[in-house]
Amino acid sequence: MKQFLRSGDLFIWLTGVFLGICLLMISGLLLLIGLQGIAQFHPREVHFIEYQDQEGNRLLAFGQIYSSEQIPPDVLQQKGFRGASQREARRYLVRVGNRDIFGEDFKWIMGPTVTRDTLLANALVLEREENGNAYGILTTLRAPRGQHFETELDAWRAFERFHPLVRSLVHEVRDIEKREMGETNDAIRSLRLELRLMEYELEQGRLQPDQFQEAQRHIDAEVSKLELVLARQQDRIDSLRMHLAEYEIGLRVYAPEGEERVRIPLASIVRAYKPNIMSVSQTIAFYGEKVWEFVSDDPREANAEGGVFPAIFGTVLMVLLMSLAAVPFGVLAALYLREYAKQGLLLRIVRIAVNNLAGVPSIVFGMFGLGFFVYFVGGGVDRMFFPERLPNPTYGTGGILWASLTLALLTVPVVIVATEEALAAIPRGIREGSYALGATKWDTIRRVVLPSATPGIMTGTILAMARGAGEVAPLMITGVVKLATEMPFDSTFPFFHLDRKFMHLGFHIYDVGFQTSNVEANIGMVYTTALLLIIIILLLNLTAITLRARLRRKYRLVGF
Amino acid sequence: MEIVTELQQTLAETMVPGNLDTDRHSQPKIVVDELNLWYGETQALYDITISLPERRVSAFIGPSGCGKSTFLRVLNRMNDLIDDVRLTGRVLIDGKNIYDGSVDPVTLRRHVGMIFQKSNPFPKSIYENVAYGQRLLGKRKKAELDEIVERSLVQAALWDEVKDRLNEPALGLSGGQMQRLCIARALAVEPDILLMDEPSSALDPIATAKIEELMFELKEKYTIVIVTHNMQQAARVSDVTAFFYLGRLIEFGETRKIFTNPTKKQTEDYITGRFG
Repeated sequence: MKQFLRSGDLFIWLTGVFLGICLLMISGLLLLIGLQGIAQFHPREVHFIEYQDQEGNRLLAFGQIYSSEQIPPDVLQQKGFRGASQREARRYLVRVGNRDIFGEDFKWIMGPTVTRDTLLANALVLEREENGNAYGILTTLRAPRGQHFETELDAWRAFERFHPLVRSLVHEVRDIEKREMGETNDAIRSLRLELRLMEYELEQGRLQPDQFQEAQRHIDAEVSKLELVLARQQDRIDSLRMHLAEYEIGLRVYAPEGEERVRIPLASIVRAYKPNIMSVSQTIAFYGEKVWEFVSDDPREANAEGGVFPAIFGTVLMVLLMSLAAVPFGVLAALYLREYAKQGLLLRIVRIAVNNLAGVPSIVFGMFGLGFFVYFVGGGVDRMFFPERLPNPTYGTGGILWASLTLALLTVPVVIVATEEALAAIPRGIREGSYALGATKWDTIRRVVLPSATPGIMTGTILAMARGAGEVAPLMITGVVKLATEMPFDSTFPFFHLDRKFMHLGFHIYDVGFQTSNVEANIGMVYTTALLLIIIILLLNLTAITLRARLRRKYRLVGF
Repeated sequence: MEIVTELQQTLAETMVPGNLDTDRHSQPKIVVDELNLWYGETQALYDITISLPERRVSAFIGPSGCGKSTFLRVLNRMNDLIDDVRLTGRVLIDGKNIYDGSVDPVTLRRHVGMIFQKSNPFPKSIYENVAYGQRLLGKRKKAELDEIVERSLVQAALWDEVKDRLNEPALGLSGGQMQRLCIARALAVEPDILLMDEPSSALDPIATAKIEELMFELKEKYTIVIVTHNMQQAARVSDVTAFFYLGRLIEFGETRKIFTNPTKKQTEDYITGRFG
């Protein structure tokens, strides 16, 4: 035993065990998020469940089973399900949907009370723009010019025919609303701003009253012209909406007490499918479509449905902006610290301060960002360049630029430390070789030292990006929003709108998972978004790592 | 006067290297006068006075820590890069004090090249390593650079080995090739003087022989100063030898004389291997 202890084998075992535990935890986390995230888009079967309540009344539930769990024995006792076998003693979380009719999306059903559970072939799931899913059986479809389809089969065929057309009209309406009317509104707004600016100059005495009136008349004329355009656009929307309202389906839904009939406008249906009779290829196509929607579409239903594209875009753009700010800043600071500053007590203090900066809680950086960037710098920019828009802030409010700069401050110590280490690792001989050829210090840094340090700088960048992409707290007070109507990049000049608020995957997870009443419906979305965030960080890091590997090969340092 | 100098040079070139008379006729290239050097409070060199001949190989020998490398670094002001170095005395190259306020150490180092104990090619291609010095001077034209690179590599006896892979990383070369690359790199800026700090101590005998051969060729154009631990090497390659001990120049003279008939006891002890 003593021999064993002295040999150090115990220690080797311990190190192995601890490494194993770490790996287990990480892979467990990834597995959980991965499995839950991947399962989200699988088309679940629709169950038709008959069960009894305490008094023995027959009740119905029609929906998808989201999860199930063992009923604890004491609950089993209390409810009086004696004699029920272990296997049966489960309870099921059924999504019955039809929130607009029944009021609640989810329902727990005790396994032992179930009397019948069948899968109807024509059970239909409707994903809607609002009010979540609807579950039911298609009965009729009404289309313009008196077209009626009365049997389930006819109605389904008609649905498959009309739905794409209706959806394209819906997109057209949205396009008119967002793009065309948006552009007209922008034009009106900028004309009004122009007027406001002139008023401002009039007050300052830089403009003559007659000049002002002339301009005012001109602008008013322009504005009324544009308002006419706006009205015409509104008319087009109204007529399209009227047309769309003529498409409608009839649905048989199952309330607990019995069936009901409801009408649902076709325009509000995003997607309809019959999960109980899907073939494998249909399932795969459905899954693919859902994944694509998730990564490419805007969110619906208070972020609980639809896609997260704006959040992906916001996250990636923010990380890139952050790196763009943090890396040059950090590299230059490290260069000065390592190459130029006189080594001594002051430098040691600076270095300790930099290292400690990396440990400051991120919310503190958020506070600083809000106080300094948003209010001080942003407010200053507004007073200097956009005085006519005040009191409406332009840069004096949270935005992607300020959020990125705040995160850059947060991550700059990481870059400084990594760069300093890379600079210190460059052999003295290489520098002397350069000096001996008549190079100045700057020549040497520029031509030899910096290129050789790039792999190390890349390491710092990778660490900074990984840290920055995962931060949420400082963003919440410097520019992230639950739902951004406009992206920080679009087709209107100057294309990048860094003053705009943005969406972020990390905040999206928090919002979808914890700022909603409908937790059960959203939990899958939380996992999927988390998975996506991990994948995006992984991709960003992989890009940087590949780049670093290439640089390492180029600036390989051996033989010293 | 010029005619006399020319005559002396012609004489010098026709004479056998190492001959006593050779050095008397060679012009002194480097003249050091009463040099003292301190690292902080510690004095490293004491009252060095020496003059090194032009277009000859001068060797510095002595035990480790005797100050010979420090002294070598005085000659191209490499010690300027170290904090806390202080010196007194004069170092004249071509009659001009290089420690004069008007002398820019960067310009000086272009004229006084240096080869280090450990070969230190830059993590760049072979071509870029040789072109480095010229690029510093602002030369951009490909044709001119090509010519300089080729000429320098030929002078360093490396051209035949690397001419087909000029764009490959210099760090893929063997140790001996890397050292010759460093010599080529130094030659590319066309210096007058080459300082070599134990250039072959990390090399195998074959690579060492190549470097030594190279020195024979180079001394026709360059003044070479070499620091070495290898007695045989000093005896083989140098025309004059200086023996340093504990920061002092103990003995200086024609190599054959130092090795066969040293005047000082310490020199004899060192050369015969009784200490060091």
